[in-house]
Amino acid sequence: MSKMNMVQAINSAQDVMLDRDPAVVVFGEDVGYFGGVFNCTEGLQKKYGLQRVFDTPIAEGGIIALAIGMGVNEMRPVTEIQFSDYIYPAFDQIVSEASRLRYRSGGEFWAPITIRTPCGGGIRGGQTHSQSPEGIFTHVSGIKTIMPSNPYDAKGLLISAIEDDDPVIFFEPKRLYNGPFSGDPKAPAQSWDHHLKGEVPEGHYTIPIGKAETVREGNDLTIITYGTMVHVSLAAAELSGHDVEVIDLRTLTPLDIDHIATSVCRTGRCVIVHEATKTGGFGAEILSQIQETCFWKLEAPIERVAGWDIPYPHAFEWEYFPGQGRVLDAIKKVMEG
Amino acid sequence: MVPSSGKNLNVPAPRHRPGEEPEFDNLDIPSAGSVSRPDILTDPKDMYVYANTLIRVLDMKNNAVGVWDPKLSADDLRKGLTDMMTTRIYDDRMQNMQRVGKMSFYMKSRGEEAVAVAQAMALDKKDMLFPSYRQQGLLISRGRDLLDMMNHCLSNSKDNCKGRQLPIMYTWREGNFFSISGNLGTQFCQAVGWAVASAYKGEDAIASTWVGEGTTAESDFHHGMTFAAVYNAPVLLNVVNNQWAISSFQGFAGGEKATFASRGIGYGMPGLRVDGNDFLAVYAATKWAADRARSGGGPTLIELFTYRAAGHSTSDDPGKYRPEDEYEAWPLGDPIDRLKMHLIEIGEWSEERHERELKEITALVTRKYKEAESYGTLNSGARPEVSSMFEDVFKDMPDNLRRQRQQLGV
Ligand SMILES: Cc1ncc(C[n+]2csc(CCOP(=O)(O)OP(=O)(O)O)c2C)c(N)n1
Ligand SMILES: [Mg+2]
Repeated sequence: MSKMNMVQAINSAQDVMLDRDPAVVVFGEDVGYFGGVFNCTEGLQKKYGLQRVFDTPIAEGGIIALAIGMGVNEMRPVTEIQFSDYIYPAFDQIVSEASRLRYRSGGEFWAPITIRTPCGGGIRGGQTHSQSPEGIFTHVSGIKTIMPSNPYDAKGLLISAIEDDDPVIFFEPKRLYNGPFSGDPKAPAQSWDHHLKGEVPEGHYTIPIGKAETVREGNDLTIITYGTMVHVSLAAAELSGHDVEVIDLRTLTPLDIDHIATSVCRTGRCVIVHEATKTGGFGAEILSQIQETCFWKLEAPIERVAGWDIPYPHAFEWEYFPGQGRVLDAIKKVMEG
Repeated sequence: MVPSSGKNLNVPAPRHRPGEEPEFDNLDIPSAGSVSRPDILTDPKDMYVYANTLIRVLDMKNNAVGVWDPKLSADDLRKGLTDMMTTRIYDDRMQNMQRVGKMSFYMKSRGEEAVAVAQAMALDKKDMLFPSYRQQGLLISRGRDLLDMMNHCLSNSKDNCKGRQLPIMYTWREGNFFSISGNLGTQFCQAVGWAVASAYKGEDAIASTWVGEGTTAESDFHHGMTFAAVYNAPVLLNVVNNQWAISSFQGFAGGEKATFASRGIGYGMPGLRVDGNDFLAVYAATKWAADRARSGGGPTLIELFTYRAAGHSTSDDPGKYRPEDEYEAWPLGDPIDRLKMHLIEIGEWSEERHERELKEITALVTRKYKEAESYGTLNSGARPEVSSMFEDVFKDMPDNLRRQRQQLGV
């Protein structure tokens, strides 16, 4: 075990896999000599050489297409899209190609690719460095989507993603790279040093894809969330005065509905929290599945806390970001409902 | 699987890394004045040579030589010089203010000032500009008030982007300057669309757009090239080859295999490769392409060969991936120094005047900055109305946004 922040954990996962499997290669814009704009591949080119960890032309569509081609030819590419706001030029390759290759070829061809990409706001990045586009991809059959909320999960899930024989998009909430974030921009920055999930094994381990985790137990109400909002929800749960359970989804698709349903059927009350815009967001899917599985056990209407349906505004980051206050309001409303 | 034997796999690497001695002996630099100047309506097939050379006007002794000399008046030359100086001083000031936390982010254009300033001068004010984030000199040359530029960067109460954009993502409709996107290359084919509309309407205005050499890898670049060629659009397609794209050198955009200007050949349009640090050459090549476009000759691809002297942005530390003094070894010098020395050479400028000008511009920038701060900064003072963040998503605000605005209580 050693202390790692999320950047180091993600780096370590790639390091472990580069070491174990010669079919693994890591590439993306600025990931080689420079080690990535967030340092997630720092030192890997030096250790494994130019041919295994390398820069690419600035063309996200090209990066994913290259990965698919390499994947079809027995390799296991780990790609980085520098910001998830820049994933759209790769949309066609992800949605029409990577996700359907196995299906359309009757199982003859597949591409075991991993797409790492930083997402989310809270770093004053404006509308082109803050987006949470996961809901666009959860709508697509044939790709798995993951968003960890801490270093330990990040490493174990990233190794699982790389070992998975299907395409996986691995969203990294960049606001959590250096420490947990309770949603209060004025509070002093925290590090992962004193967090339980900042203890990370150095070697190989996996966390299964498709498994949620209860990160706070409670009987009054269940919050279902993922990514940065796990920490915001935990802080709000603490302040609420209610016995709130918090579930960190970790994997969005395939969704661990059994885990969710067990909790919500027990508490009878539920709040869904994500940073992405509300309309058509992944929260809507979670909500419908809860309605399908827990309807007769619900004590109150389910609430969603999400980003407003607008682009991420640079100067109004904290009015946009769904912070503790908004989570608290939702808890209150559902408890009174 | 066994690891690659690697002999047939090429991963490009730059000539020097930190700690190594920078030199550019490999560059083939023709002497100033040595390249001929074709008629503006020359068939692209007869123009391959211009894509593989370097059009230069200012020689080593700071004289303007050869057929590309645009023969600008001394007043125009001085305007070019002072606009470049203003751009640099403005950049320095804004970067410093970012460092002390007045704004979130900044990007300088140091070393590339001639690109934006000379090109703006060679175009007509009615021509529409679709820039990337590194041509702030276009605004300065077209006379935008520095105060307005600063107000935007500070996201303050007078920011015409209403606090919605990162600093330097300017927009200025009045000056025919399109809203800058953070997504690389998206403007390239949009400029073609604007130009096609101009041609459709029978108007005289043309469009001009810019991308960095790194961005030529994006599909948008190729869309722009194809559509411009197919519709013979009156547009200037500029590639600013400043050697670097954040940490990756131009080899990762294929620059080691062929020049960026030569990309035009395959699409059937002329490519001009220009010394981007030579104000006169940039002006002349741009004027040539603008005249061609206005006369029905269609698009031109221009490669502006220059060097990004500063870090990529305030988030970047170039010392991590290139020698700190690489810029000093750049064989094509500094655009401001070169134009300054030319003006002195022809007796239209002096060191004293230059010093005075520097002081005046610095004072102006300081004064403008103080005023801008009085309208707020990112973290203090006045800012746009919070409720305005729900506006302009659509022309008319739909009910879901009205309700969300109510929920926020603003
Ligand atoms: C679609 C997209 N991908 C990636 C990025 C991140 N990014 C911002 S600037 C940059 C480098 C661009 O280099 P170049 O085109 O040479 O322009 P320069 O910065 O040198 O002016 C990258 C990769 C982005 N903004 N948009
Ligand atoms: Mg560049």
